[in-house]
Amino acid sequence: MAAAKPRLARWSDQTTAWLQALPLSFVFALFFLLPLALVVMVSFWDYNDYEMIPGFSGRGYTDSFEGCLAELPNLCTILKTYAKTLKLCFLVWLLTLLIGFTVAYFLAFHIRSKTWQIALSLLCTIPFWTSNVIRMIAWIPLLGRNGLVNQGLLGLNIIDAPIEWLLFSEFSVVLALVHLFTFFMVVPIFNSMVRIDKALIEAAYDAGASGWQTLVNVIIPLSKPGIVIGSIFVITIVMGDFITIGVMGGQQIASAGKIIETRLNALQFPAAAANAVILLGVTLLIIAALSKLVDVRKEL
Amino acid sequence: MIRDRGKAFYFLAIFFGLYVLFLYGPMIAIFVLSFQGPDGGLTFPMNGVSLFWFEKLFSGGGIVDIGAAFTRSLKLGLVVMLLTVTISVSAGLAFRKKFRGSAALFYIAVASLIVPSIITSLGIALEFRLIDDLVKNYGPDWLAETHTTFMGLFTSGLGAHLTWTLPFGLLIMFAIFNRFNPAYEEAARDLGATPWQTFRHVVLPIILPSVIGIGLFGFTLSWDEIARSSQAIGEVNTLPLELQSLTTTVTKPDIYALGTVTSAVSFLVIFLALVAIRALQNRQARQGSDAGSGML
Repeated sequence: MAAAKPRLARWSDQTTAWLQALPLSFVFALFFLLPLALVVMVSFWDYNDYEMIPGFSGRGYTDSFEGCLAELPNLCTILKTYAKTLKLCFLVWLLTLLIGFTVAYFLAFHIRSKTWQIALSLLCTIPFWTSNVIRMIAWIPLLGRNGLVNQGLLGLNIIDAPIEWLLFSEFSVVLALVHLFTFFMVVPIFNSMVRIDKALIEAAYDAGASGWQTLVNVIIPLSKPGIVIGSIFVITIVMGDFITIGVMGGQQIASAGKIIETRLNALQFPAAAANAVILLGVTLLIIAALSKLVDVRKEL
Repeated sequence: MIRDRGKAFYFLAIFFGLYVLFLYGPMIAIFVLSFQGPDGGLTFPMNGVSLFWFEKLFSGGGIVDIGAAFTRSLKLGLVVMLLTVTISVSAGLAFRKKFRGSAALFYIAVASLIVPSIITSLGIALEFRLIDDLVKNYGPDWLAETHTTFMGLFTSGLGAHLTWTLPFGLLIMFAIFNRFNPAYEEAARDLGATPWQTFRHVVLPIILPSVIGIGLFGFTLSWDEIARSSQAIGEVNTLPLELQSLTTTVTKPDIYALGTVTSAVSFLVIFLALVAIRALQNRQARQGSDAGSGML
């Protein structure tokens, strides 16, 4: 009897925990796992102009890669699109990392009072509470043909015709993405940095390290978890993005997410699903490579 | 600690200042431009100052039916907020005990956060499409004949938004309970409180400020969400979707006025939440470690 009671208590604990986790499990099962499974399943279905046809077919995939072998060494549409998406993704990642790291470093190590730290972090957070579309269109009055930048440069006689590539170009896409998502780098890197034991930095100084040496040999390695988490966020967002690239690219720049949207608008669900599976595969590969660097769960 | 404020400090301070300017500059520009006069365009200079574009927005008959989209987004945001809070708190409590499958559930939540939104959105759209097909082909006659779709704001749309808000809610719950001192609960138990009483009068009052934070996250994430709604929302549009479709067609400052209004709603919600959190923290401080003090 004496031994039975703790086991019963444990069993009841388990049951309670299960019941408490049930709503969450239910939502994810119904709106995340099942949909993902269906995407994979439908990606192998056949389709015609107006409906999908159950039954195994590789058409979703073969249509996507149509002519890819024949066109080599030139890249076919989908490969070109992926190359462009990866290029945009890399640029945005690099810029958000550099800016995010510098901002987090300033907040974590140069701002001494807790109150100021909180106030300045909040200052960086506020724009995040506004709709992304609004933050995108906010660039129009600045970068447009008659925007402030062009007006300013014309007024100063630096240029004699408005610069056309400021808006609806790769430049504006990267700018908007950096503007929108640097926040996702700042937060995790800052969190890693404030956990660094200040004694380690003191020790580095006492041992004669310069500021730069301390940064490279102490602070960067210890901030790695934050850097990796921030990178995963930025990379997955940019890889799947079709809204920012659509709006800021003037609907002219193809991206991996845009392919899916275009297929969907044409009601070619199996083809859209096949492209979703490809995109998911590429994204997961990048994340897998990144998470080799750090145990993400341990760091939360 | 970095000891003296040398060149590095000033360099970094300037960098930070420029970053803040980069963050706010464009937004301030559109807030200002939304007060353009009736003849004003999308860019500076201002052509008079007026509320013309706001009136145009709400007088209806404008570009789109903003009022309806506004109400839809608001209702959906409130439902998402309530569900996010309830489900996250409940799951947060579950994760404090080790239960079988907790690791898997955690990874699923994180995966939901990082799988590109368009894929989740497409998956939910497919799911409802297949369910609709099943009902039409095999459902009982009374349903099959009239059935069009189960897709809608509060079915597929709600589900899509929850896959986005719940991971955030769960992560915040983890942060809360990592800092939570279980001695309070033990004390309550020793005094003979039932589990529900312990939760209601001890745990909840202590975590309440952060729970409001979760609600705040839930509402604003839903209010501004586009990518997951894009395919999964059904026939009607939410406000951000309207806004997105306007970016390609509108050439007048209506869109800035709309931007200003939606931002104002976001800020109002955050402001109210911060006030509530502050009030709760003050109350906790006043009443010391007695947390809720059994007050109802």
